[in-house]
Amino acid sequence: MQALVIAAHGSHLNPGSSEPTFAHAETIRATGAFDEVREAFWKEEPSFREVLRTLESDEVYVVPLFVSEGYFTERVIPRELRLEGWNVSDWESDGTDADHATLSAADVEKTVHYCGPVGTHDAMGDVIVERARSITEDRDLADFGLAVVGHGTERNENSAKAIHYHADRLRRSGLFAEVRAVFMDEEPEVDDVATLFETDDVVVVPLFVADGFHTREDIPEDLGLTDDYRRGYDVPTAVDGVRIWYAGAVGTEPLVADVVLERAADAGADVADAIAAVRERTRSGPEATTGTATGRSR
Amino acid sequence: MTGDVAALIEAAGDGIDFDGLVVEDTAYGYRFETPEVSKRGIDTSELAALADGDPYVANWRYWAETVGGRGTARRAFLRWLEGADAAGTDDAESGDDTEGDSDAGRGDGAQRGDTDGDEGGDDATVDARERLAALRDGGRARTWGELRIRVRLADAGGERVYDVRHRDDAAADPRDLDAFRDPGAAHDLVKYDDRGRYRPLSTAPSLPHGWQFVELDGDALVDTVDFVYPATVANWHREREGALDVTHWRETAARQTGIYGLVSDLPTEALTWAAEACCVDSQCLKRREWDHDAGTELDVPRGDGEFPCREPCSLFVAAAREFTKLEGEPEDTHEVTLSESEVEGLGDLVDAVAEDRVDEVREADLDDGANRYRVRYLRAKRGRDLGIDS
Ligand code: SF4
Repeated sequence: MQALVIAAHGSHLNPGSSEPTFAHAETIRATGAFDEVREAFWKEEPSFREVLRTLESDEVYVVPLFVSEGYFTERVIPRELRLEGWNVSDWESDGTDADHATLSAADVEKTVHYCGPVGTHDAMGDVIVERARSITEDRDLADFGLAVVGHGTERNENSAKAIHYHADRLRRSGLFAEVRAVFMDEEPEVDDVATLFETDDVVVVPLFVADGFHTREDIPEDLGLTDDYRRGYDVPTAVDGVRIWYAGAVGTEPLVADVVLERAADAGADVADAIAAVRERTRSGPEATTGTATGRSR
Repeated sequence: MTGDVAALIEAAGDGIDFDGLVVEDTAYGYRFETPEVSKRGIDTSELAALADGDPYVANWRYWAETVGGRGTARRAFLRWLEGADAAGTDDAESGDDTEGDSDAGRGDGAQRGDTDGDEGGDDATVDARERLAALRDGGRARTWGELRIRVRLADAGGERVYDVRHRDDAAADPRDLDAFRDPGAAHDLVKYDDRGRYRPLSTAPSLPHGWQFVELDGDALVDTVDFVYPATVANWHREREGALDVTHWRETAARQTGIYGLVSDLPTEALTWAAEACCVDSQCLKRREWDHDAGTELDVPRGDGEFPCREPCSLFVAAAREFTKLEGEPEDTHEVTLSESEVEGLGDLVDAVAEDRVDEVREADLDDGANRYRVRYLRAKRGRDLGIDS
């Protein structure tokens, strides 16, 4: 038997935080690719500490629903799962290309395939494109600028690396007229989106796993879409003569389920049929995109 | 030949001794026994005739094939639900030593489980005949936290059907409850309490009312319970097997990093207050099995819950972080002049917040210290002395 665990942050305060996790888990459950699919959280339940014991499978694929490599994927999750002998060098990553490591956990007799986070997988580029397509209602993106929004450095330099990684790949894909990485707490800032781009239309896609106060409140206000997020805003909204199409957290995009599966597949899970089924269900436009346009980097 | 009979004949070679059904393949033919029938030295066709439609055979097949999973928490939980797990109701099929009626390694929880929350009324040592009769005749219900789970036999054969609802809704008219069949609906359903407040702790006794899961099979039942009370079945099972791995506070605290690194500084006395604040039954239905460390028990009731808490949870650690910061502050003497009634009123107020009964205090309950007008009056009169800027 094989199981999938989607490991996410969750929240004691924001009930929406875990919604994408449950939604993607449900999508994957419906494919039947895994005998068991379980959500696990740092702040909700089951906790990372106790999720493995809830499974009957002896092969477990753990995919972190996090944007970047760093504190949670490198320290917290392996520690709480009690992965024996974990060493971050097992991932052989320079910050954006963690793949997977096969380990055992101290409290259960199972083989755990610990995968890199969803956010840095190449297929996440496709999700960003998908998000841009759906928010612009399938307009021709070749006329659009794309701003990929990240948190910024804060406690973790890899968080900015992940944003740049996708921005660079998407720029090379030629799908957009212009692509830039912007941040909440470092330059170039999200506040300046309207002046940073030369295009008349800019799609703004935050690389966040769930909608929370950053994506619902801070970013719309920083972008100048509204003075007060509670009053809402239109999509698009003109700011300094630039039409801004604000997409909200990319992590809520149904196609993220595909990235979760890709992670598990990279680690050896037999899920090819499920990947095809999920793409069928969650993708709106033609088979994309960044992978074909720029070539997979691995 | 029905599927039941074919399966029975195949298994007879290894011998069956399960829930009142005994089948053996001996040198003198088959032996077939149930609480109602006893035959020896019969041939295959006689065995098939006896087994066809026999409720004990159908029951055996349900457990052997539909449920399967010997030694799993899922199976143990489903057995427990119908009282089939206790002494005298052996779940030990031949060669199965992972379950059964051994008292060795049974935690307290199992003992409690036999007498508590058992709306069926019969104790768990009833024999297989009575158990199956009860399952046919209206079913049997047990509680798990605030859940009330009912199991009954499906129309024919040994298959079970499970229903789940809030235990307070046990007697509710089913038409008044929203019905669900997909376990996946459960996590959304229990996300908010009846007043619409987010429930970050699954085992807080604030499960909303007004819903029911109906017609679940065993797997779906366990999945539903897992969404409502994650990991409780797994830890309960470990405890019954004598294998619950308790992690005490000292170890949990030492493991924390980042903004939680400071919780190791929480004094033991304050840890006791924190457990009293967060972990007693009025706040959390898990039974606290952890202490400060294996040698230092906290003098706080552990609770009577069916399922154990094996380690301080994330909400407790987050609370402990705040308490640690509070304990780190120097204490000072503040002088406030209050009448005796005002002191009592402040006591009422603290109590009302702590017991979550502020909403119950009506506008005209002016003799209650937690009454809004009284508290506003106190703030108008003494606010400045109490450090309230208004
Ligand atoms: S630590 Fe306390 S509040 Fe948290 S689950 Fe255990 S008993 Fe409940």
